[in-house]
Amino acid sequence: MKINDVILRTVVKGVVFIILTLGVYLFFSGHNAPGGGFIGGLVLGSGIVLLYITYDLETIQSKMPFDFKKVAALGVLLATGSAIGSLYFNAPFLTQTDGYFNIPILGEKHLSTVTIFEAGVALTVIGTLVTIILSISEDE
Amino acid sequence: MNNLIVLPLIIPIITAVLLVFLRESIMLQRIISLLTMIAVSSITLILLNIVQAEGIIRLDFSGWLPPFGILFVADSFALLLVFTASIVTTICLIYAFSTIGNRHEKMFFYPFVLFLIAGVNGSFLTGDIFNLFVCFEVMLLASYVLVALGGEIGQLRESLKYVLINVVASWMFLVALAYLYGTLKTLNMAHIAERVAEVGQDPLLTTVAILLLLVFSLKAGLLLFFWLPGSYSVPPAAIQALFAALLTKVGIYALIRTFTLMFPLDQGITHTIIGIMAGATIIAGCMGALSGRDVYTIATYNVIIGVGFILIGLAVGTESALTGAVYYLMHDMVAKALLFLLIGMMIYLTGETVVKNMSGLIRNYPLFGWIYFIMMLALAGIPPLSGFVGKILIGQGAIEERAYVLLAIGFASSIIVLYSLLRVFLASFFGETTISFEDRKPIPKGAYVSFCLLAISIIYIGVGAETLSVYVKDAVHTLVNPSIYIDAILKEGA
Repeated sequence: MKINDVILRTVVKGVVFIILTLGVYLFFSGHNAPGGGFIGGLVLGSGIVLLYITYDLETIQSKMPFDFKKVAALGVLLATGSAIGSLYFNAPFLTQTDGYFNIPILGEKHLSTVTIFEAGVALTVIGTLVTIILSISEDE
Repeated sequence: MNNLIVLPLIIPIITAVLLVFLRESIMLQRIISLLTMIAVSSITLILLNIVQAEGIIRLDFSGWLPPFGILFVADSFALLLVFTASIVTTICLIYAFSTIGNRHEKMFFYPFVLFLIAGVNGSFLTGDIFNLFVCFEVMLLASYVLVALGGEIGQLRESLKYVLINVVASWMFLVALAYLYGTLKTLNMAHIAERVAEVGQDPLLTTVAILLLLVFSLKAGLLLFFWLPGSYSVPPAAIQALFAALLTKVGIYALIRTFTLMFPLDQGITHTIIGIMAGATIIAGCMGALSGRDVYTIATYNVIIGVGFILIGLAVGTESALTGAVYYLMHDMVAKALLFLLIGMMIYLTGETVVKNMSGLIRNYPLFGWIYFIMMLALAGIPPLSGFVGKILIGQGAIEERAYVLLAIGFASSIIVLYSLLRVFLASFFGETTISFEDRKPIPKGAYVSFCLLAISIIYIGVGAETLSVYVKDAVHTLVNPSIYIDAILKEGA
């Protein structure tokens, strides 16, 4: 039986952008306020899962041709990579650094290497979350 | 500060993640994982020598000074175990190359072994008890996958039990940590030790200590070993060997650390309980080993006997007993790995698990048979092999402390170990062979290499005990004088 899900599809089309924006916002606000890579990753991941639920696996996979296992692996690599980067500068493991940079148009911005680490965490969370949901939903 | 300390943890993790991307090229996975483990072993050896020269070294992650940050601490005890674990893993990998099969190799077998060893090394090296919990979890998550990998019915049944038991144990670990943090307001192991010494170990702290004892006993298979024989029998031989060699030893390490460094003051209660548990473990393990008809039961109960024996060393707690415990820990890692690899090969060759149904293996595979013989003598503690030094020192410690009951149980267990393994030897290796020389399955060369390397390690730990004694002495010196450990972390400004 074909379920009539016009309302769901229409709502999701709008809502998914709000969710993804919230995820990105949480990710960047994490440095000094509640949020961060883990929570941002969870929100982004749930947005992707919502897409998978609303549309079918094939549609989403053709638009987002990622192997989410590899996304998770890439995330771990990014996080550990930023952690061992400090070894090269002979600073203790996991040392992060930051600074204020003048960027044209945007003005003076605070940039930190923690963001790379957090991006790794976010990718790991997204990859793991989507992999778990997809493996449960796949039926052999 | 020395960034080398973190490498035994971080190198396997990064390599494991890289291997995920190389899923299809199995040859490359093998080479990379082998090189990684060799590199980790050599780094640990270098660290071990640095520690002899400079004393305990520590690494404060991202520069947060203790007791506020997380840190790794390298002392001789931890490094000896990291070194042995890395060597054993290297050798098990060599065995796995020729036996584990394509199916496992394609399902991320090597990455998970590397995650496992990362968790094990992290647990040995960490100086923060919450970080110990995290490293335990890394190790356990990898082990959950390795138990279930292959997806046979027995594996799924046992892995379910294994996961449930360990999740409950981990939950109790968290509860114990919450109590600990609630009473002492710190999670740094050296800082805990200092504060316990300041306020004295009152009954409340002893209760927390006993809760930790319970948790680590579940992980180490000390008395609470009901999950162990089942879950150690189901995975392929290389994984069994890794589990038998490493997983329980991490629990034992945690017990020794907890009760020599953090809670050493109320020995009347804690060490008596450990002593009773160790004795009961040995007795139960012996009964299991004697009753077993198939090789898996005999081998897994031998793991349990080994756990009980090492913890006699902790329960007695004198310098010589702890020295024995450290020697015996190293011996047990190597010998148990060899035991499980040999048994796996016996089952591969005959297709049988019941001892009675195998016969005359030594005629077709003489070297194989004699390596089993060496391993058996080592486990029984016959000089000059590896088990001897540990047994004699633990025995000496027990006599000093007048713990004659534990002494008797410990040494009686040696006879039972010898009997149970000798039974396998007589039944399966001697006697008429059922398979003719022409029809025999060949033993893969990689398997022979790993057997020989482990046998050499066993002989080396026994004969070369003197060369190891520098490191072991330093390790035990720190264990019996926890102030050395505490000062290295909290005193200096470095």
